[in-house]
Amino acid sequence: MQSMFSGSAEDTTAFDRRQAPPFWRDPAKRAIVFQVVALGLVFMLSYWIFTNTQANLRKQAIATGFGFFSKEAGFEIGESLISYSAADTYARALFVGFLNTMKVACTGVILTIILGVFVGISRLSKNWLLARLAAGYTELLQNIPVLLQLFFWYGLFHTSLPGPRQSFNPLPGVFFNNRGFYFPLPENHPAYREMAIALLAACCAAYVLRRWARARQDKTGKIFPVVPVSLGAVIGLPFILWLASGMPAGLNIPHLVGFNYEGGFSFSPEFGALLLGLVLYTSAFVAEIVRAGIQAVSKGQTEAAMSIGLKPGLVLSLVILPQALRVIIPPLTSQMLNLTKNSSLAVAIGYPDFVAVANTTINQTGQAIEGVAMIMVVYLFISLVTSALMNWYNKRRALVER
Amino acid sequence: MEQTSISLHTIEEVKPPVTSIGVIGWARKNLFSNILNSLLTILIAYGLFRSVPTFIKWAFVNAVWWSDGQACNQASGACWSIVTKNLRFILFGFYPYEQQWRPVFAIVLLAAFVFFSSFRRNWNKYLLVAWIVGLTLIGLIMHGGFLGLPSVETEQWSGISLTLLLSIFGLSAAYPFGVILALGRRSRLPAIKTLCVVYIELIRGVPLISMLFMASVMFPLFLPEGVTINKILRAQVAIIMFTAAYIAEVVRGGLQAIPRGQYEAAETLGLNYYLKMRLIILPQALKTVIPPTVSILISAFKDTSLVVIIGLFDLLRTTHVTLSNPEWMGFSTEAYLFTASIYFVGCFVMSNFSRRLERELKT
Repeated sequence: MQSMFSGSAEDTTAFDRRQAPPFWRDPAKRAIVFQVVALGLVFMLSYWIFTNTQANLRKQAIATGFGFFSKEAGFEIGESLISYSAADTYARALFVGFLNTMKVACTGVILTIILGVFVGISRLSKNWLLARLAAGYTELLQNIPVLLQLFFWYGLFHTSLPGPRQSFNPLPGVFFNNRGFYFPLPENHPAYREMAIALLAACCAAYVLRRWARARQDKTGKIFPVVPVSLGAVIGLPFILWLASGMPAGLNIPHLVGFNYEGGFSFSPEFGALLLGLVLYTSAFVAEIVRAGIQAVSKGQTEAAMSIGLKPGLVLSLVILPQALRVIIPPLTSQMLNLTKNSSLAVAIGYPDFVAVANTTINQTGQAIEGVAMIMVVYLFISLVTSALMNWYNKRRALVER
Repeated sequence: MEQTSISLHTIEEVKPPVTSIGVIGWARKNLFSNILNSLLTILIAYGLFRSVPTFIKWAFVNAVWWSDGQACNQASGACWSIVTKNLRFILFGFYPYEQQWRPVFAIVLLAAFVFFSSFRRNWNKYLLVAWIVGLTLIGLIMHGGFLGLPSVETEQWSGISLTLLLSIFGLSAAYPFGVILALGRRSRLPAIKTLCVVYIELIRGVPLISMLFMASVMFPLFLPEGVTINKILRAQVAIIMFTAAYIAEVVRGGLQAIPRGQYEAAETLGLNYYLKMRLIILPQALKTVIPPTVSILISAFKDTSLVVIIGLFDLLRTTHVTLSNPEWMGFSTEAYLFTASIYFVGCFVMSNFSRRLERELKT
């Protein structure tokens, strides 16, 4: 029996040779070779592209670098949050585009979450009609390309709305026409500024109050009515100030000047179509996420919460929502990013967002590489910042396990 | 004795009250369960009552179906003539008029393939071969140049043919690329892992439109002098690069869901990396991610509409072009509703399929 295990001298040397296999049989060395080859291929491809590009740029006499930033842009931008004219630089034009992107993305995200949560909860409603309606809404809007929806709304606004002189006037002071949507705005008054400060102060106070009430409840078990008190402060304080300053009620009503309305608050049909299309499309996805998140919380949780005597409102806010949010937030983040990225479709309907301005810049300067690189960097930056913020929020919400 | 006597004749079954069964019971339970619900029901019913008849009147009763643009301007309803009169252009674009039976045939063939593949009992390795043969056949029929079929260059493929071409070939090419990227991201080799992570995150962080811009304005600069590739192919490359990153993330999810024991068991059997992945890991991982892969197919199908922006004539662009004809200007609602319904049918069928599959695979 033993002879089977004790090898001859020849076998031992053979075994030794197997101990030091050739390098293509050694996983560690093979790994190095693989990586060197992969990196080498990527490097060669980049070098090939780089030399081709250099040659092409030289031949077509296209300038390189970001020198065009400080040159005069020479094109007008339809709408802008900061003052801008064609005589300004490319850098300023691009910044205007960036601000326009942020404007539509931020408004869009807020409206999308509100609408999406509403539709998502409606889908779970006990009311059959409402649930069916919400299901139809999500099915319909999810399955139509967002660009088509943008074209649809833009076409609708352009063809169905009348010219400025025959403006559609649904409410007094509100005018819809094919140049834009106009709403009255309160006349400027010094009291509004104070009211804004009061509102901010009340919000801070409410936050402090909540922390204090929670600490006290943890220590003594006494519950302080935080919500009514804070709501009272947040609404009441500015209201008292408004009363005290003589109830300014002047409205800045839009009025026809020449061929256009002036005054009040207004936005263009391009912005309207872009916002409407993005919000409707994305909210359908958000609704699905919200529904799935709520359904992911097991029924036992609701029953357990009810059996310890919580009211229905508290069951939702203390037991269901915190658990549902954990499921909802990661996909919700990617939907927000999708909305921001899809806002780049503005270029198709003529809203001057960052991509549209960058596209004009590419066409005027011919510097395609810099232009496309800028677009990519800006969206990457937005994506990274949003992901970082949402990850931070998600971590705070995450399950703390022992 | 009297107390113990039990009546022996059968009692007639008591029916539930009429308010808790049938239509009334259903309505009470689902529509009027409490005051809030009743109010909501009445509100929605009123809204539907106001909007649905108006819509039907516009879309069907007062609609014009087969007229010219002049008659449409007088009609108070929808002008579906824009669709019926331009149907062949919207669907097939610049594909030679008398050759348009070829895209029709290709689409029918494709639909048959999709229908056949949607049943799980037909899933085997011959199906893959059949798909490769089928797609090649479709490509050949569309391109022509044999058996007396005049050849049609890809530049002329437009409308729905281009939409389908971009999405189907895009996905078939992106899928293997995405799987390789996912494996790379899970690799133990740091350089390869870094390359894959950078690629995936970079692509996922930017909009598809920037990739398409890159394809249309930057790719020509990347190539050596004198070499040009056509615009459709460049857009196709951009779509493949973009979709692959998303597929990679889906596949990575599947790879992560495979228990460690499977990897270890495969290694114990002495399988090398390639065999381990091909025989043990990927078959399980790819099966678990079929439903999310179908969602990617759906979004790839919808996203092909973005090629409008770089000037390719897909289904959306042909609709757009029709609208710029002075005769049909101003009937965008009808035209877009028609195009939307085509996209809707395609996506709806796919998403229902994905849902059915999810139920079947959840054993």
